Amino acid sequence: MSSATVAAAVLPNRRLAGTSPRSRAWGRFKRHRLAMFGSGVILVLVFAVIFGPMILPFDPLHIDLRHRFAPPPGNGHLFGTDQLGRDLLVRLLMAGRISLTIGFMAMVVSTLIGTSVGVTAGYYGGLVGTVLMRIVDAVLCFPSVFLLLALAAFIKPSILTITLIIAATGWMEVARVVQAQIKALRHRDFILAAEMLGASGRYVMTRELLPNAAGPIIVAATLTVARAILAEAYVSFLGYGIQAPTASWGNMLNNAQQYLNSAPWLAIFPGLMITLAVTSFNFIGDGLRDALDARMDLT
Amino acid sequence: MSIMALTPPPIPRDGPLLRVDRLRQWFSSGGFMSPRLTVRAVEDVTFEIGRGEILGLVGESGSGKSTLGRAVLRVTDLTDGRVVFDGQDVSTLSKRQLRPLRARMQMIFQDPFASLNPRMTVGQIVGAPLRIQNPGISRSEVEARVGDALRTVGLADSHAERYPHEFSGGQRQRIGIARAFVLAPDFLVADEPVSALDVSIQAQVVNLLMEIKRKLDLTILFISHDLAVVGHVCDRVAVMYLGRIVEIADTRTLFRNPRHPYTEALFSAVPVADPSRRRQRILLKGDLPSPLAPPSGCAFRTRCRYAIPACAEAVPPLAHIGGGHQKACIRDDLALQPAC
Amino acid sequence: MGAPEIATAVLDVRNLSVAFATHTGPVAAVHDVSFTVAPGETLALVGESGSGKSVTSLAVMRLTPPAPRTRLDGQALFRSRDGTVRDLLAVPERAMRALRGNEIAMIFQEPMTSLNPVQRVGDQIAEAVMTHRPVGRREALDRAEHLLARVGISDARRRLAAFPHHLSGGMRQRVMIAMALACDPALLIADEPTTALDVTVQAQILELLQDLQRETGMAIVFITHNLGVVAEIADRVMVMYAGRIVEQGEVGPVMRAPLMPYTQGLLRAVPTLTVSDGFVPLTSIPGTVPSPTALPPGCAFEPRCPYALPGLCDATTPPLDDAFDGQQVRCLRWDAVAALEARP
Ligand SMILES: Nc1ncnc2c1ncn2[C@@H]1O[C@H](COP(=O)(O)OP(=O)(O)OP(=O)(O)O)[C@@H](O)[C@H]1O
Ligand SMILES: Nc1ncnc2c1ncn2[C@@H]1O[C@H](COP(=O)(O)OP(=O)(O)O)[C@@H](O)[C@H]1O
Ligand code: SF4
Ligand code: SF4
Ligand SMILES: [Mg+2]
Ligand SMILES: [Mg+2]
Repeated sequence: MSSATVAAAVLPNRRLAGTSPRSRAWGRFKRHRLAMFGSGVILVLVFAVIFGPMILPFDPLHIDLRHRFAPPPGNGHLFGTDQLGRDLLVRLLMAGRISLTIGFMAMVVSTLIGTSVGVTAGYYGGLVGTVLMRIVDAVLCFPSVFLLLALAAFIKPSILTITLIIAATGWMEVARVVQAQIKALRHRDFILAAEMLGASGRYVMTRELLPNAAGPIIVAATLTVARAILAEAYVSFLGYGIQAPTASWGNMLNNAQQYLNSAPWLAIFPGLMITLAVTSFNFIGDGLRDALDARMDLT
Repeated sequence: MSIMALTPPPIPRDGPLLRVDRLRQWFSSGGFMSPRLTVRAVEDVTFEIGRGEILGLVGESGSGKSTLGRAVLRVTDLTDGRVVFDGQDVSTLSKRQLRPLRARMQMIFQDPFASLNPRMTVGQIVGAPLRIQNPGISRSEVEARVGDALRTVGLADSHAERYPHEFSGGQRQRIGIARAFVLAPDFLVADEPVSALDVSIQAQVVNLLMEIKRKLDLTILFISHDLAVVGHVCDRVAVMYLGRIVEIADTRTLFRNPRHPYTEALFSAVPVADPSRRRQRILLKGDLPSPLAPPSGCAFRTRCRYAIPACAEAVPPLAHIGGGHQKACIRDDLALQPAC
Repeated sequence: MGAPEIATAVLDVRNLSVAFATHTGPVAAVHDVSFTVAPGETLALVGESGSGKSVTSLAVMRLTPPAPRTRLDGQALFRSRDGTVRDLLAVPERAMRALRGNEIAMIFQEPMTSLNPVQRVGDQIAEAVMTHRPVGRREALDRAEHLLARVGISDARRRLAAFPHHLSGGMRQRVMIAMALACDPALLIADEPTTALDVTVQAQILELLQDLQRETGMAIVFITHNLGVVAEIADRVMVMYAGRIVEQGEVGPVMRAPLMPYTQGLLRAVPTLTVSDGFVPLTSIPGTVPSPTALPPGCAFEPRCPYALPGLCDATTPPLDDAFDGQQVRCLRWDAVAALEARP
């Protein structure tokens, strides 16, 4: 037994008065350097993809065959140009719009599905809970890349369908996390107190239980964005995702394959963007996990 | 006091407020793959609580006190037996049918940390009963009544915006009491309301509870394992052992003239704050037996110092011995130590 | 500094102060606490929750968060079985680890949080033995069985294989005691070991501790907020309030005629085992323990004290006075209070 756990077991966990759980969580988040770094990167990225293409003097679809394969930084093309002489930076930012949108939308959809399934399974338990969680396990056992590709091969790709496909393969993690949290809280006295008041199942789930699962949900949602971006890149890289001429980071990588030796920057930059976005979201997720750690607040 | 004005006083009716008749509450686990195990947490319990009365319920941890308290509030589905609340049989009512009755029966919990939702402000916690019971209620009315309730339990209106973790155990218990009283109920189950508190704070909370009881003319089932507090607070006391009531009597009779060996042992175990009175105590051997496999006959016989072979034969019935005093022990020849 | 003199005491704490660093500055949780415990003696540490009892004991065990998050001042002189005397606040962490669970043992209020839920109790006790004794696993398990039997667990051999959640609260506390006894400690610190238990089980545990003490001659520091328990088990009492000792002495005099209004209040708050006609309000101490960050000026008990004298008690910080027969009290008016209390 380490001295820290002993002390934690004995010392009353009293905190300063007058602070809400939210402001304390923010205080803990701020101390997490990588998470603050990740948040900064994502903020910059979001601003860049929204405003960048408006400011830059290039059209992402403008073909300029005289300036094909311009290596960076050349001719005002900061990141160079591609095989059709299109400005790579603008294309990256436009692709970022697509990739990030899909990431966020897939996160929203999978969080909604996962949370509903998790709360229902955790609250009702018994047969309902067992059946729901078996379904979750079954879907989880299925290799998600395979599922993704199988679905993508049959469905006409568009932003919406790709989003839904990714969400369909990404909600299980959220469901598991939420179910575990709800199950742990289900038999606390405060839930009994609400039931003693004649509260309906819906009230207990949405008002009493859900706010207590907010932390894990937010963490899982953040990590889901990272996974969704990666998933979109997979699908598009393999040619089943977003179709040219619309750019996404994944299909830009796909294009770049042929020129890997002659124009490596065509692969490096999209790859970097994906890595940057995914790791940043993962850092944020880690930071949120610490900041929202249920144990710090539930006492 | 404003709490008084909340609901019209209940129409006085005859008979006890609560009647419990051969109540059983069993819990099953396992089944399917593993062997099915049944805990008989409450077994064949019969008692009444008169209007305005406080009935104490004492016994060791695991004897079934909380389970009984929850069963009479119909938090659980009863295994068998009847619960009659104010003349109405509530044993088989559904959740929905129970809903209007919920405003009349409330509960206070033992653990001041687990019984308040950590994500809600005190105002939301104390206001929840109002909102749940009257969905159309206005915000300002909720605020006013929450303020009243908080002041009644010795907190300030301004505490409504704070979170539970900002309060000490005693203050949290007051918040739990405010939540139980904001609807002005008739009947209250207080499940070890002061067991988790320091002695000095215990007294504050007990006094508060009794003050509110007097104001609202409440009927209380007071669960506790502290016999000293029970002696001060309760009109009658029931002693539970392994799911059954083994003795029940008015407080004075029980303390002066206990007739069940378990009651005697409980009294003897209470520490007395007087070093010159260190007594030879009647130490109970061992722990409460597992409720999965209770001893045959009198369940207490494994720890009873007066046990005789006949005790193993049949479960002693809870028999009347005069003056409302009932006990479940086959021996009538015992001279047991009184509490005081 | 040469080897300090501590007469016969096992533990001699001198001027112990503990301050925690928080974002709003240092918080003095314990202030200038001195006490001794002799072999075979039980010292009870009493006070409401938040008065500094646990911090005092954790500081002696050096289990408070490490510097710079905690600042420890003063001395805690400990006499080992071999007669050497060391200041626990000054020995290196390695030496401290060798003492903990060996010559000094500790048990806590909630046995479930201090036991490893996924390890069999036999292994946990055996591990405690092997940490400090050069014995093999077989021998350690035999000792574990012997210890379980010693703390009154029937069928000890079979119970070795039990997991903590198989055991009742009382049995878990017995297992904790068995672990604490694994290496024949000279000093046992018990932090509210019976607070979470039933009175029946509490009586068993108190009896067990007294038996073990008679047998081994260990010194016990027993932390509790229940003066009933103090009367049952202690030889001497030390009452703490807001991080300071406010009264200390032999258990008889302190409990028969407490001098400090706080002790008087605590004593009156213990409900007696009696019946009354109708409800007689229980005596309570109004208010709560002040937070160490917001101590009232003068006597810290002044806002709750029935004998407080405006102009005196809220202005002067009372010293720990020697009253009589070794009884000490921290009150500016203890003689006046004693006279008032003596009146019928
Ligand atoms: N939901 C449940 N499922 C299975 N067993 C249960 C359940 N609730 C209670 N029990 C069992 O019923 C018995 C009585 O438990 P109960 O909580 O009523 O005891 P208690 O007298 O209130 O004890 P305490 O003083 O510790 O609160 C125990 O053996 C307990 O383990
Ligand atoms: N790590 C810590 N940081 C800040 N304050 C603490 C810490 N540990 C304890 N305290 C404070 O020290 C005071 C004494 O606590 P404690 O010794 O646990 O009281 P008790 O007498 O109930 O055992 C309390 O006000 C507590 O909040
Ligand atoms: S019936 Fe027998 S075993 Fe049971 S309490 Fe009476 S004497 Fe003891
Ligand atoms: S110093 Fe004053 S306030 Fe403090 S205990 Fe004594 S009489 Fe009371
Ligand atoms: Mg209970
Ligand atoms: Mg403590």
